[in-house]
Amino acid sequence: MEATYNYKVVRQFAIMTVVWGIVGMLVGVILSAQLMWPTLTEALGPLAPYLSYGRIRPLHTNAVIFAFGGCALFATSLYIVQRTCQARLLSDGLASFVFWGWQLIILLAAVSLPLGVTSGKEYAELEWPIDILIAVVWVAYAVLFLGTIIKRKTQHIYVANWFFGAFIVTIALLHIVNSIELPWMLAGGVWWKSYSVYAGVHDAMVQWWYGHNAVGFFLTTAFLGMMYYFIPKQAGRPIFSYRLSIVHFWALNFIYMWAGPHHLLYTALPDWAQSLGMVFSLMLIAPSWGGMMNGIMTLSGAWHKLRTDPILKFLITALSFYGMSTFEGPMMSVKTVNALSHYTEWNIAHVHSGALGWVAMISIGSLYHLIPRLFGREEMYSTRLINVHFWWSTIGVVLYIAAMWIAGVAQGLMWRATNADGTLTYSFAQSVAAMYPFYAIRLIGGLMFFVGMLLMAYNVWKTVAMGKAVNDARIPDAVQA
Amino acid sequence: MIEGYAVPDFVSDFWHLYIAAATVIGIVAMMWLLKSQTTRKLAAGEDAELMHPTWDGDLQEFNNPLPRWWMFLFWFLLLFGVVYLVLYPGAGKFAGVWNWSSADQYKQEKDRVDAQFNEVLKPFMGKDLMAVSADPVAKEMGQRLFLTYCSQCHGSDGKGSSGFPDLTDGNWLFGGAPDDIKASIANGRVGEMPGGLAGDDKGAKEVANYVLMLGGKPHNAALAEAGKAKYAACAGCHGEDGKGNNAAGFPNLTDASWQYGGSEAAITESIVKGRKGGMPAQMENLGEAKVHLLTAYVWGLGGGAKPVAPAPVVAVEPAADAAAPAPAK
Repeated sequence: MEATYNYKVVRQFAIMTVVWGIVGMLVGVILSAQLMWPTLTEALGPLAPYLSYGRIRPLHTNAVIFAFGGCALFATSLYIVQRTCQARLLSDGLASFVFWGWQLIILLAAVSLPLGVTSGKEYAELEWPIDILIAVVWVAYAVLFLGTIIKRKTQHIYVANWFFGAFIVTIALLHIVNSIELPWMLAGGVWWKSYSVYAGVHDAMVQWWYGHNAVGFFLTTAFLGMMYYFIPKQAGRPIFSYRLSIVHFWALNFIYMWAGPHHLLYTALPDWAQSLGMVFSLMLIAPSWGGMMNGIMTLSGAWHKLRTDPILKFLITALSFYGMSTFEGPMMSVKTVNALSHYTEWNIAHVHSGALGWVAMISIGSLYHLIPRLFGREEMYSTRLINVHFWWSTIGVVLYIAAMWIAGVAQGLMWRATNADGTLTYSFAQSVAAMYPFYAIRLIGGLMFFVGMLLMAYNVWKTVAMGKAVNDARIPDAVQA
Repeated sequence: MIEGYAVPDFVSDFWHLYIAAATVIGIVAMMWLLKSQTTRKLAAGEDAELMHPTWDGDLQEFNNPLPRWWMFLFWFLLLFGVVYLVLYPGAGKFAGVWNWSSADQYKQEKDRVDAQFNEVLKPFMGKDLMAVSADPVAKEMGQRLFLTYCSQCHGSDGKGSSGFPDLTDGNWLFGGAPDDIKASIANGRVGEMPGGLAGDDKGAKEVANYVLMLGGKPHNAALAEAGKAKYAACAGCHGEDGKGNNAAGFPNLTDASWQYGGSEAAITESIVKGRKGGMPAQMENLGEAKVHLLTAYVWGLGGGAKPVAPAPVVAVEPAADAAAPAPAK
């Protein structure tokens, strides 16, 4: 056993990434249809409350971030750490525990959120019993990953693992600190309900320190780890600059920690905290683009591969969206821009250029590289289908974010338009009505991305059916220096 | 600094120093990091160094110099941050050399636009409300004000909805004369009815039927008869005849206007649970000019009553008449 890699847990997480991706994006499609037709799910009668917008919106975000994104990160990090350390995972039992524990958490979320069980904190809606379970599974994952690093045979730690390591440690810290809450049952209330120990603006600040770093570390740092393995692998080229990876790694980790207050500009948060959040958010452009450059420049000398390799297309397009949204984010944290963009659909555009353009596309590209290797095949069942998937996704994302950009700016301008006497030019309902065409385009864009995922599921299915699970991938004896 | 705004963000100098030090040391550390990894540019045709370790068969790293444009971008952003934190608050309790605060900025902007808007609003101040109501320019502005500040509760047409009074039907809870309406808008109103005065749900239903009977509406006669005695608890405010007291804000129960619904079920619910309605005071927020225009607009929606002429002094004693028991016939 010690002479082989543990591919089982990687396979489990890889397949579930596709499954949860489809589930999470389907919920997203339903939500965007509800914005077009608010009474859409009312026909379900007694089931309608469980599918109401307010309840399935957190289901969508949790499913795509923590179920789809989470499974993709578990699959790739546990694969990469073994291959680049030339060591089997610390413990097979712990690996199974992490897999089944995470699936249980996802199921509990899928049941509790539609029932209206929520702590009301964005991206941290799950209630205290599930929070404890997340902490336990996460610590197990940390032990599994860092333990494997410790028993590595290679002398140096590969750059992808720096990023995964930072992500694992930071998410533990963020989750635990933000989830400190008092169960209501201590005061004789409902057993599952809890209240944050923080109050007022402190609660808001802790929540967005968590919320922004969930984006920074879960959705950025960790996926950069994925990028640092699969781009050089797929391109067959050395990484552009070791030196650049050092600077942008430390700068990214340090600066992200400060950016949270930009979610609370023009609120009760003290001025000094708002300014700090804004200044550090602006600085973030540099380390973010450092990562993008290091990935894209890795392709120098192999640009021609972009024409023929759809997997590389996914990976490089993902980096382009990463670069775009990490420029957009700092711009939106400038107070004057934020005054227009905050609370509008512009946020939705920004989030999805990150979530679909960057996170989903880098994951999809990586899975297309990974899955054949887990099932003993050279490549996916159909490369042509990967190409079709690429174009559906790309056009889908572009439609989605272009529609939401225009919608967001229109919304912001309508809300602030005033007449000569100081009254508002438009009522709120008028600004809602103006959204219809953009909601329609967004729904089409989202549907296209979703259809792409179905193509992927078919492609994966055929690949798995034709292949055979690999459980004897030998660890090379010789340590390369 | 606005009076009363100076909330102490820092309860002790420790936290001030902690934040300031973390900020300054952090930025300096970033500068050091960037400097430490800066190397000379590659000469033309020179290849970057290929690092020695290899992972997983073929993973390697070049050691290219930092891209120049990227390096300058980072320096620019770091220096921008330093300049910003010198000018604006951020480094602990240091207020910044410009002494800027969001509260000051808000006040300045509000003063500026208030002065601008007042030019437009001022011509109607102090003018007779019925005359203002007839002025087309005032009416247009009044409507816009209404849509901005009032329509959320009273509806864009002023017809209200359950819990929010209809302003067009001529039935007024606190009077429909121009000055009454203005008082309602300026100072707000509270309309509160205690619940549970008629005993249990059954008692409430009986009283509800009695109330329906008072208004001459379809009702269950037996239940109404049973509710008659219990209605005594209501008569203190709504009167023996159910016509309420407009001046005091006690609703008339016999007309067709119901703030919370006029069905047997809705009236029963009102009696059981009580009701609490509130119209927020607008004077402080909107100012005299806007309140004046709004009053004229609301009065002109169709429900406004003529101002009450000063009552002639009559030497009768109506109180004695009202207090006397109705003679049996």
